[in-house]
Amino acid sequence: MIKQKTMLKLSRYVLYDIVRSKVILAYTAFLFLVSFSLFNMEENSSKAILSLLNIILIVVPLISMIFTTIHYYNSYEFIELMLSQPMSRRKILLSEYGGVSLSLLSSFLIGVGIPVLLYSPDSIGFSLLFTGISLTLVFTSLAFLTSVKARDKARGIGFALLLWFYFALIYDGLILLILFNFSDYPLEKTTLVLSALNPIDLGRISIMLKMDVSALMGYTGALYKDFFGSGSGILFTVGIMLLWIIFPLWWALRIFKKKDL
Amino acid sequence: MIRIEHINKKFRKLVALDDINAQFDKGQVISLIGPNGSGKTTLIKSILGMVKADSGKIFFNDELINGDPSYRSQIGYMPQIGRYPDNMKVGQLFKMLKNIRNVSEDKVDEELIDKFGLKQIFDKSMRTLSGGTRQKVSAALAFLFNPDVLILDEPTAGLDPLSSEILKEKILKEKGKNKLILITSHILSDLDELTTHIMYLQEGKLEFFKEIDQLREETGELKLGKAIARIMKGEKFNSEWIDGMFVVGEKKDEKNPSLPSE
Repeated sequence: MIKQKTMLKLSRYVLYDIVRSKVILAYTAFLFLVSFSLFNMEENSSKAILSLLNIILIVVPLISMIFTTIHYYNSYEFIELMLSQPMSRRKILLSEYGGVSLSLLSSFLIGVGIPVLLYSPDSIGFSLLFTGISLTLVFTSLAFLTSVKARDKARGIGFALLLWFYFALIYDGLILLILFNFSDYPLEKTTLVLSALNPIDLGRISIMLKMDVSALMGYTGALYKDFFGSGSGILFTVGIMLLWIIFPLWWALRIFKKKDL
Repeated sequence: MIRIEHINKKFRKLVALDDINAQFDKGQVISLIGPNGSGKTTLIKSILGMVKADSGKIFFNDELINGDPSYRSQIGYMPQIGRYPDNMKVGQLFKMLKNIRNVSEDKVDEELIDKFGLKQIFDKSMRTLSGGTRQKVSAALAFLFNPDVLILDEPTAGLDPLSSEILKEKILKEKGKNKLILITSHILSDLDELTTHIMYLQEGKLEFFKEIDQLREETGELKLGKAIARIMKGEKFNSEWIDGMFVVGEKKDEKNPSLPSE
């Protein structure tokens, strides 16, 4: 009970520090403007969701990673100060994670959540929100891992950008390469597994299949729709996303516990 | 109170601590001295758990420090270079720490806050503070929770003479309360009136750990600095560092070579 209390207190200070930095306010405003204008420009709300999805898949991971990395290095002093207090390293890192992810999440929920609730409060809208929330948490967690591992700010941000490049751009290229080269073989199951190895792809697929566009994807699309539409498919998506959130954070904690500060 | 057993620490190839053993008890004021890079700060940070030693054990009140951070509630630490969140105001910093530690207002020792006049700058942000003022904040924080153990890393470096005196008086006062105080400093004259024990580190090795009276007896010198210098030369340590410290002191003597004898 007491432990949770001090962690909440710490998170509150982290949150307070972040809100004052104004970057988070700019991020919220950006998401809000983009969502609102897309819903107003497109007559068909599902078309708007599709455009919004493409923006979210690029912007949310990028901002989450860069913001988290910069925040981590900027709060190095705070972490140092806390370490000289009766405060365990686990608690310090987790409350940092709590503060950062909470502020990024509330940005997303205000910036995208409100417009979606106003214009498209259906299952597609909600799965868009789910994707955005998971991606925020996943990439915050990944950024904690890279910043704990990297020795200085420049390396940290470099690592973060590299990871983002990989997940957002390079990975898709690799998949296309595989699909072209092995197009003679049945690859449906393989691609299913491959999609789980990239949270961005997983998010994209789980939403696309809820839309009409999935009809354009032929046999593979039908198979996917069968899988992702079912209860076990949803569980699969949620489970894999959770793994993507927990595993990097757990790894970061392990490194952080042994680190000299 | 604090027992250190066979502590080793390497930073890549550099040996920072080489098989250090020591026992510190209540009522002692221990001066950790040695040239730059001799491992003083590393030793202090190992005690605080900020640096993880490669091997060896550290006990606090006979309990191994390993994971459980609660023992740090009894330690007040003043770092060499105090670094604090830039956006935070001085007042907020104190408030936050009290809040996190869950200590009620009447149990807090705010003597240094008053004497350093920190209340007047409570609404300034940490970013705008000068190095010396930061040191004052660090000192006030170290004493704030009335800890049993005080660890002060170069406490008087960067403080003006007046504040330095205030801090020394405070240390003396706490010494009287039977506390364990660990100080590192290069300004040996500062330590003269405070110290009970001397711990000398060089290149990560513990060269000696002696009571100050014993040291004075062995060397026949009353001044701490000279006593150490004598030991260094007798035992043939690398005494360049200690010689360096004396250049200033001796020049002072030359200026008024013959004071009227009493």
